Amino acid sequence: MSIGHTLLGLLESGPRHGYDLKRAFDEKFGHDRPLHYGQVYSTMSRLLKNGLVEVDGIEAGGGPERKRYAITDAGVTDVERWLATPEKPEPYLQSTLYTKVVLALLTHRDAADILDTQRSEHLRSMRILTDRKRNGDLADQLVCDHALFHLEADLRWLELTAARLDKLRAAVTR
Amino acid sequence: MNLRQWAADLRLGAKFAFTGGREGWTRVLLTAVGVGLGVALLLLTTAIPSALNVRHDRGEARSDYTYSQKVKPKADDTLVIADVDTTYGNKDIRGRLVEPEGPRAPIAPGLAKYPAPGDMVVSPALKKLLDSGDGRLLRERLPYRVTGTIAESGLIGSQELAYYAGATGLAPHINGWQTARISEYGTPNPVSAKSDPVLILLVLVVFVVLLMPVAVFITAAVRFGGEQRDRRLAALRLVGSDSRMTRRIAAGEALAGSLLGLVLGTVFFLLGRQLAGSLEVLDVSVFPSYLNPAPALAVLVAVAVPAAAVLVTLLALRGVVIEPLGVVRTTRPARRRLWWRLLLPVIGLAMLYPMIGKGRTEGDFNQYLVAGGVIALLVGVTALLPWIVEAVVARLGNGSVSWQLAVRRLQLSSGTAARMVNGIAVAVAGAIALQMLFAGVEGDYTKASRNDVNRAQVEVQLSRGVDADEAVAKFRSVRGVRKVVALAGGNLSDASVKSAGGQNRNSPVTIGDCAALREVAALPSCRDGDAFVVAAADYDTDTPVLAKPGKKLYLDTDQGMDAGREARWTVPQGIRKVAPGTDPSGMEHDGFLLTRGAVPAAAGQPVAQAYVSLDDAVPDVREYVRNAAAAVDPFANVMVWTRNEESKKFASIRTGLLVGATCVLALIGASLLVSQLEQLRERRKLLSALVAFGTRRRTLSLSVLWQTAVPVALGLLLASAVGLTLGTVLLKMTATTVSVDWSSVLTMTGIGAGIVLVVTLLSLPPLLRLMRPEGLRTE
Amino acid sequence: MTPPPGSLLTAENLRKAYGPTTALDGAEFSIHPGEVVAVMGPSGSGKSTLLHCLAGIVTPDSGSITYDGRELSAMSDAQRSALRRSEFGFVFQFGQLVPELTCVENVALPLRLNGTSRKEAERAALSWMARLEVDDLAKKRPGEVSGGQGQRVAVARSLVSGPRVLFADEPTGALDSLNGERVMELFTEAARSANAAVVLVTHEARVAAYSDREIVVRDGRSRDMERLV
Repeated sequence: MSIGHTLLGLLESGPRHGYDLKRAFDEKFGHDRPLHYGQVYSTMSRLLKNGLVEVDGIEAGGGPERKRYAITDAGVTDVERWLATPEKPEPYLQSTLYTKVVLALLTHRDAADILDTQRSEHLRSMRILTDRKRNGDLADQLVCDHALFHLEADLRWLELTAARLDKLRAAVTR
Repeated sequence: MNLRQWAADLRLGAKFAFTGGREGWTRVLLTAVGVGLGVALLLLTTAIPSALNVRHDRGEARSDYTYSQKVKPKADDTLVIADVDTTYGNKDIRGRLVEPEGPRAPIAPGLAKYPAPGDMVVSPALKKLLDSGDGRLLRERLPYRVTGTIAESGLIGSQELAYYAGATGLAPHINGWQTARISEYGTPNPVSAKSDPVLILLVLVVFVVLLMPVAVFITAAVRFGGEQRDRRLAALRLVGSDSRMTRRIAAGEALAGSLLGLVLGTVFFLLGRQLAGSLEVLDVSVFPSYLNPAPALAVLVAVAVPAAAVLVTLLALRGVVIEPLGVVRTTRPARRRLWWRLLLPVIGLAMLYPMIGKGRTEGDFNQYLVAGGVIALLVGVTALLPWIVEAVVARLGNGSVSWQLAVRRLQLSSGTAARMVNGIAVAVAGAIALQMLFAGVEGDYTKASRNDVNRAQVEVQLSRGVDADEAVAKFRSVRGVRKVVALAGGNLSDASVKSAGGQNRNSPVTIGDCAALREVAALPSCRDGDAFVVAAADYDTDTPVLAKPGKKLYLDTDQGMDAGREARWTVPQGIRKVAPGTDPSGMEHDGFLLTRGAVPAAAGQPVAQAYVSLDDAVPDVREYVRNAAAAVDPFANVMVWTRNEESKKFASIRTGLLVGATCVLALIGASLLVSQLEQLRERRKLLSALVAFGTRRRTLSLSVLWQTAVPVALGLLLASAVGLTLGTVLLKMTATTVSVDWSSVLTMTGIGAGIVLVVTLLSLPPLLRLMRPEGLRTE
Repeated sequence: MTPPPGSLLTAENLRKAYGPTTALDGAEFSIHPGEVVAVMGPSGSGKSTLLHCLAGIVTPDSGSITYDGRELSAMSDAQRSALRRSEFGFVFQFGQLVPELTCVENVALPLRLNGTSRKEAERAALSWMARLEVDDLAKKRPGEVSGGQGQRVAVARSLVSGPRVLFADEPTGALDSLNGERVMELFTEAARSANAAVVLVTHEARVAAYSDREIVVRDGRSRDMERLV
């Protein structure tokens, strides 16, 4: 999961302080693993360096935590590209997909598109595996089946999420 | 064991019966109608013997026994009564002239007092007839004022036409057979009720024939929606009820329908009882109040019919194992065996065989054998049909796709198909047999008579003292009368009737004018005053002895009733021999033929018959003649001759039978339709799939048609065969000429075929609806 | 809008409502000869309705369906039935085999409906059953064979009349995964060798994986994933 893209996405809805960002991240994505503030700081400075964010203002009192960040146009484009790129179908990618979906909802993008694109990508992999299975020996078939079942599980999750998009939108934009 | 558990199970079943949705309701309703019809028919059947008894008793109670040689002396408790029955159209009317001779004269049953001379009291049916336009001519014949009606106790049927008219001067007419003086009603030696055995046979067979399809229908009705019910029972098994409980629940369901049927049956019976009051069979009608089933029998019916319905349900469930996860039909039964199926009709024929040729004369038919035989034959139909359907369907070749679909379906479940058609087959077989029996018996009633209808069509027997010439003149004045001749009879003897014993010789005498005498013999010439003797009549040895000119003989024209009217007559010199001939009634007249002028005045007015020849083009000419006869002689006996006595006695009953059979068939058609629709609904997915891959609607519709038509056609074939056999046997039993009534065979099979068409047509709209692609949608 | 070049069956802007329920709301579709296209989407999304419209079983309220240059909505019911008999084949989830007919008679049914003689139809049926490895069931009735075998019989039937488009609605829906895969393998292979296009409605990814591409139907609208990506 890309913390950078996530934080960028969170900034899309408006400039925030570093603390704000951490709190928003933890609230939406960091259920079992809250972000260290250090991670926020280092990520933000990396984004600053790449011109994806800019410092909107510093409150009196100084200190990095007092900086207010805003996303740049380049930053928006970057988020856009990231969201549109399907993840490589691999195990345990729900958290990334979840983040993407939530960010899409937060930024009023079409989350269903993300899911459909991802499904397409999964199916492509599945087709390859199915093809390999068809032409392979039993060992191949078993190996492919294992992968196929995992992919299928992902796909099911995608379907389920797609079916619950409206509820999710209501929950994250509350 | 646990009574409460039992009751709970039955109650649950009853609840399912009424909450099972549309299918549940249909099943309950059809079961109820079937059970109801069965109950009503059985109640009517059990009521018939009592009805006939009541009828018989009423008939006995009002009987005025006129056959007596001894004339009672007039007293204050006597009544002179004259039998003046008449016929109107084809209806017999019981008519009595009454003249009470004292205050204690016996009063006839159903009457409060006797009508005054010139008045009459009539039965309700006669009143209705007189008041209607149809009774116009009858009113002329009965010129009495209607002053009241005869109560039910004086009538033997609701449709009986009867009247009592007050009269005066009846005493001189007392003759020992038509007019009598009586001091009480009722027969001196009552006999137990004895009905026409053929009538009893008809009634018995009618009820068996109507009951059988109803029984078959009940067995089919309780199976309606069986699959749906089985699924529900399976669901109950899943939640923990054991197989006994499910059976009890199913029994409860059937019981609910049966109980409703019991209510319906009572209603049907009461309606039928009312209806029976307006029916007439073989001139027998009954009052609704006669039709009271014996209480014990009624209770038996009320218990037995629902019990039978429940039993059928349980029997149907026997072949089914209801498991928690679904219904398992026990393995397909082995190929149906033929021998025991053939046994039933054979047993039936064997039971009927001993009664062949019995007819009306040789006493009653054994009712148990008749009922048993007919039932065995008809049940034989239901036993044979499944075998035939299976055997035939298994051999049916391949035709079009629709044919293939239908035939394959029948092959897989020929039993279901046969069960549905059984009712139709039994009803048609029974109806054909009955129609044949009626047609045959009717044919007997219309046997050609000896009467020569070319010479005369009406014979009027005038009573004593009526002037034949006057009567003849009266008849001649009736429009439509072509010719009238009057012949009187008498006896010539060489000894007086007063001389007791003695070896006297006798010879019959025919008296009439020349025209009349020419009707009975070939006369060379004739003038009033001539006398003739018929030559060489068979076995007649007395006439040649008596016909010696100059011989003095005694002439009696009064059939020995009144010796005072005997006259002396001398055989004239000029008596001529003539060749014998026959009178219009086909009777040969031998002995002496005297013209009116040859009869001495002392002989008085001989008792004469007038033979009337009619112009049939004049409508109601016979009624006019009857009216004329009644006008000249209230005691005249009018007999109408026809070449074939056209009996319409059975016309109404045959129509009734047709209607009844049609109703039963329609009912069975309804059940066919229900099961057809049920089957279609079960196959909606398949039907949609078939349509999806391009099956023509016509193909599927045709297959539905074949599916009904093939078993019904087989059923009708078998039914015709059994019906004709049964009909033949029944005709032989009644000693009636056997003739096949093809029109009824065609009618009944036609109705059966019509029902197939109607069922198919009615199942087409749902079929087309089920074929819509919506059926493809999963849920 | 003209159909994409080389397209065998094309649907544009289909709308179909059943009473108050909108089943299709502007769906698009196109398939090339020999192509296997999976139609995916949650249940109730309208994918079965799309299949019924494409096959001419249901007429859409609006929109056009072009098959081989002919407009389906311009055809009469009888013409569409004839088209389904001769050019299309069908496989459904279950309940499609006539229980009274033997398997070979079931497979021969489409040919018989087209007027082929019984003998010839059953010979052709047997050869297709052999390809689907169910020829040994020829004389059995559908009730006597397993679900997987029954579906293979159904597949043989869908192919017997040499259709150019096969419509399969959840063909493995009632089967376990091993049987389902076997059916799909045989089905797609047979379809490809016959160069028949396949419209495969499924909600199962593993079944859809036998397709060349997929379209997704959601709320009556279709997304062609190829065009989207």
